[in-house]
Amino acid sequence: MAGFDVKAPVAKEQEDAAVVAHNTRMGVLLLAVYVVFYGGFMALSAFWPAAMGKTPTGGANVAVLYGFGLIVLALFLALVYMRVCRKSGRKGAA
Amino acid sequence: MIHEASSLAVLVFLVFAGSVVGISFYLGARARSASGYFAAGGGIHWAVNGVAFAGDYLSAASFLGICGMIAFYGYDGFLYSIGYLAGWIVALFIIAEPLKRLGRYTFADALDNKFNSRGIKLAAAVSTLVVSCFYLIPQMVGAGALIQPLLGFPHYVGVFLVGGIVTLIVMTAGMVSTTWVQFIKGTMLVVLCSIITVFILMRGVNTNPAATSAKAGEVARRGVEAASVLGASGQSVLPADGGWTGTPYVRVRDEGTGVVAVWRRDADGRLSETQTLTVLPGGAKLANGRPQGRGEGQGDLRPVGYASKLPGGVEKTGPLGPIGFLKTMQESEVILWGSDKIAGADGSVTTIYYQQPTPGSDFMTPGSSPTFRKVRSTRPVDKLDFLSLMLALFCGTASLPHILIRYYTVKDQVSARKSTVVGIAAIGFFYVLTLFLGLGAMTGGTLDVTDSNMSAPLLARSFNELLFAMISAIAFTTVLGTVSGLIMAASGAVAHDLMTNVLKIRLDEFQKVRAAKFAALGVGVVAMALGIAFARMNVNFLVGWAFNIAASANLPSLVMLLFWRRTTKQGITASILVGMLSSLGWILASAQAFKDVYGLDPASALVPFSQPAIVTIPLGFVVLVVVSLLTKRGAPRSAQA
Repeated sequence: MAGFDVKAPVAKEQEDAAVVAHNTRMGVLLLAVYVVFYGGFMALSAFWPAAMGKTPTGGANVAVLYGFGLIVLALFLALVYMRVCRKSGRKGAA
Repeated sequence: MIHEASSLAVLVFLVFAGSVVGISFYLGARARSASGYFAAGGGIHWAVNGVAFAGDYLSAASFLGICGMIAFYGYDGFLYSIGYLAGWIVALFIIAEPLKRLGRYTFADALDNKFNSRGIKLAAAVSTLVVSCFYLIPQMVGAGALIQPLLGFPHYVGVFLVGGIVTLIVMTAGMVSTTWVQFIKGTMLVVLCSIITVFILMRGVNTNPAATSAKAGEVARRGVEAASVLGASGQSVLPADGGWTGTPYVRVRDEGTGVVAVWRRDADGRLSETQTLTVLPGGAKLANGRPQGRGEGQGDLRPVGYASKLPGGVEKTGPLGPIGFLKTMQESEVILWGSDKIAGADGSVTTIYYQQPTPGSDFMTPGSSPTFRKVRSTRPVDKLDFLSLMLALFCGTASLPHILIRYYTVKDQVSARKSTVVGIAAIGFFYVLTLFLGLGAMTGGTLDVTDSNMSAPLLARSFNELLFAMISAIAFTTVLGTVSGLIMAASGAVAHDLMTNVLKIRLDEFQKVRAAKFAALGVGVVAMALGIAFARMNVNFLVGWAFNIAASANLPSLVMLLFWRRTTKQGITASILVGMLSSLGWILASAQAFKDVYGLDPASALVPFSQPAIVTIPLGFVVLVVVSLLTKRGAPRSAQA
């Protein structure tokens, strides 16, 4: 249970307005990207369900590929977010 | 179906449950303060917290409900997987960091960070309790469903067992033990489901699972010439009286045994075998015409689930790769099972489970299940139920109180962000597996036609008893992990938000923790009662409702607090209350509630579709904006609080 200590003091984070604003902007931007793809999935499923049965690659159909794609995209965008986010300084912490 | 109790499963379960409670007691000695109880002192490592997110989130609904829905209907169950995972994007990009920055123990802390309003605290606490209770129902129902094949006890025993253990866990050490229970469970769930997926791919798909698995049921007969059944000696056809009139079913009695078999007349005039469960006026049950039981002269429903046609006309495929498996399912025909309920003239009620040969091109696309059937309708208004549910799943994750409080267990905003990414990775991987697990169960030969929630454990049983024992025990800890998180959130809402902040009861650290423990006990008792009351509903559907309420009640206020400078405390309070009450009212007036909760005709429902989010989430935003504009005073506050 390394790294686990319920009695360890919690360092106070500094509020850096510029960093907060930057991270918020990045979050909204990446969310918008995901909403486009998720919205496309909803629209395709609801209004063109027959298109979901097509097999563009000869393997899995569009429904499966798009579904897996949304899961992979979520992880990819999460990693991008980690990369582009800035870090506020913290008092009394390394 | 009556499931055999497994002594191995009992042993493994006892080891798991004993370990979890032991860890709980050990950690309980280390967290005495309110901070330790409610937020684990903010000292959980981000990687542990990330996996605990997965343990918290991958509930009975994810594991039992989604696998069951895919096993019974196909791709439609996977729509839930996609929606549940997508919701984490909202949590990561919008909610995680601000929540950590603004709050302390509960999400009401964050909402009320700048206002210090009793109205906000009260509304947020009530919302937390309502959402937690709604989310608790499917978890407890799942616990009851699991206990039947595992220990051979009735449903309610499972509910009491899980309720008792979880309440004990939460009362002993709060968020500390809850986190570790969720971490252990999350890890084991993902690892074991990966192993089962490998087994599924190695087995491939075949048209007669009973040939390779002793647990699988025999293939049911289809395409039988009517004359060979109806004209056979020693058989007599019963008249189509009562509710049987005008149905495609033919009842044939064996004059020797008196057993009545029910056949379904197909479009080509031939007959196919059905399975029946009849409840007699006195309450006794007949399974396939015999008294239900395992004794002499008794009978039971048979396990089902197999392909009826495979690509190339082969009888079995042999081992397949992941894409090859999905492609095979798309090009196969599988026997799915529909059901009809018929009231007999003698007062008996018979549920008939009939074969539905279904091509993969149908069940591997959206709209194959009763839940989402309307997406194939040509009327745009019929699409609203589906769109509303997908919206609720997308918006609901970031609004679930038991997920939100996990952000307070890490030390800073960076850790909150990192733990969310770990959670997304673990949860996303698991949801990919659900498609293989569900389709594997669909063709594994061990499905119980009466209970979709049991599909995943019974799939494991089709491989071997040890796997079944382990997956059942993990499913139990799945319920334990999620329920403990929910009870934790609810107890925090009572002790911290309601008692301390709303009612202004002066409590020291010790008293606050003690109050939370009593609250946990109360919520645990309520959860057990609800788990028994809703025993028959699909757990996945119930979770969908919880997401609707959470998204409608909490998301508008969380988002607007962060992004709209003119938000007022009255706007937040009104938005929470209106969102919560409107979504709750809509659900209670829906066709699904009429059918499954009240037992009334769903056609007499008061609202046009069952999932309210597409109406009630925008309503929450509108109410917040209107009330904020009407109550605005003084200078605008900072958008970043």
